[in-house]
Amino acid sequence: MRIVVASGKGGTGKTTVATSLALSAGNSVRFMDCDVEAPNAALFLQPILDTRKEVGIQLPVVDESLCTHCGKCAEVCEFHAIAVIGKKVLIFPELCHGCGSCTLICPEKAISERLDVMGVLESGLTATGMDFAQGVMNVGEPMAVPIIRELKKWNPMSFPYGDDVRGAIATKQSYADGRLLPEGRNDMIEIRDSPPGASCPVVETMRGADFILLVTEPTPFGLHDLKQVVGITRELEIPIGVVVNRDGIGDNAVEAYCAEAGIPILLRIPMERRFAEAIASGKTLVEAAPEYRPVFHSLLQDISARVGA
Amino acid sequence: MKIAISISGNKLESPFDPHFGRAAAFCLVDSETGEWSAHENPALSASGGAGVQAAQFIAKLGAQAVVSGAYGPKAFDTLSPAEVEMYLAPTDEPLTAADILALFKAGKLNKAAAASHAGHHEGHH
Repeated sequence: MRIVVASGKGGTGKTTVATSLALSAGNSVRFMDCDVEAPNAALFLQPILDTRKEVGIQLPVVDESLCTHCGKCAEVCEFHAIAVIGKKVLIFPELCHGCGSCTLICPEKAISERLDVMGVLESGLTATGMDFAQGVMNVGEPMAVPIIRELKKWNPMSFPYGDDVRGAIATKQSYADGRLLPEGRNDMIEIRDSPPGASCPVVETMRGADFILLVTEPTPFGLHDLKQVVGITRELEIPIGVVVNRDGIGDNAVEAYCAEAGIPILLRIPMERRFAEAIASGKTLVEAAPEYRPVFHSLLQDISARVGA
Repeated sequence: MKIAISISGNKLESPFDPHFGRAAAFCLVDSETGEWSAHENPALSASGGAGVQAAQFIAKLGAQAVVSGAYGPKAFDTLSPAEVEMYLAPTDEPLTAADILALFKAGKLNKAAAASHAGHHEGHH
């Protein structure tokens, strides 16, 4: 079962909810920090990050001795990252999305690819044996999606199942549709901590998920951004539930909206100073308030029942 | 000589459009015969790389020169090897494609020696 914790608005408590959900899930949890522009879940879960991989996009490299300047690569490129002018091929790396269309369409097989490194993937186990992975985008890189895509299909060394499963998920077929786990192994729980916002990195994080938990706060900003991400989840046709964080502040508009839109509110976390203090000092919510451990455990069971897994 | 002028419209009397990559259209005119045709700019709705796409379009039209208000670095880098000469027209007065043609014939337009501004993309988008 793959659960995405998203919010729209930043700072509503995605990581607070995602980390506590992961810590309340028992064994076989894989935590993925998909907020590659500013990953912070590691600060709370403290994994030993002992596995690393550089990732990015594949940029075209043209072999001038094979190129006939037919221009098919320039025609197929949706981003105009490759142009053929007379007997010259121009490549504009900053426009390239690494889709590989030019390489595929070249009738002379004159195009090869080289990795343009945009960030790293890191993984390792936490003290409780949780399988943790995160993407970290290089400073100055504006395109997060390729790193998230690689993170989702990455097969880190700390994957707790045996080689048979590891081999199965390493094949392209099994993750082509965004599925990470092979059939029959949905007992494992993957929790993806999403980036904030409602743009491509969020969509990529959500793609292939079984359930999306939307963390919001009962304020006009919280509501506005909640509506944005609800729109994305509807488009992706993935079931959702809402967590109202800092319950008690603001107004009742989030509640009214959820009731009208038929979105279940699965959990409310009240605004309490001790939570804020704990999180500011690097503790998770369930560590600061152990009474929330069964609450998050029930939330997980609730989600599981809704997914039907 | 065939020159392409960035315009908003589809006539020789249409107003000059100082944008290159995002020009509404290009008027292709033969400076000797006066024969002209208007062509919608396929790059107008491009999500990115409009300068590159417009430059390739101009080259395919067979223009030997182009007149616009500014050229971005990627448009410049694409038009240069295509051997399309880049001319700059004044952007502070309302001119038509016909006015631009007259200025061109009179030799009153300056050539762009380098890209007019930084690209609209700062790295990957």
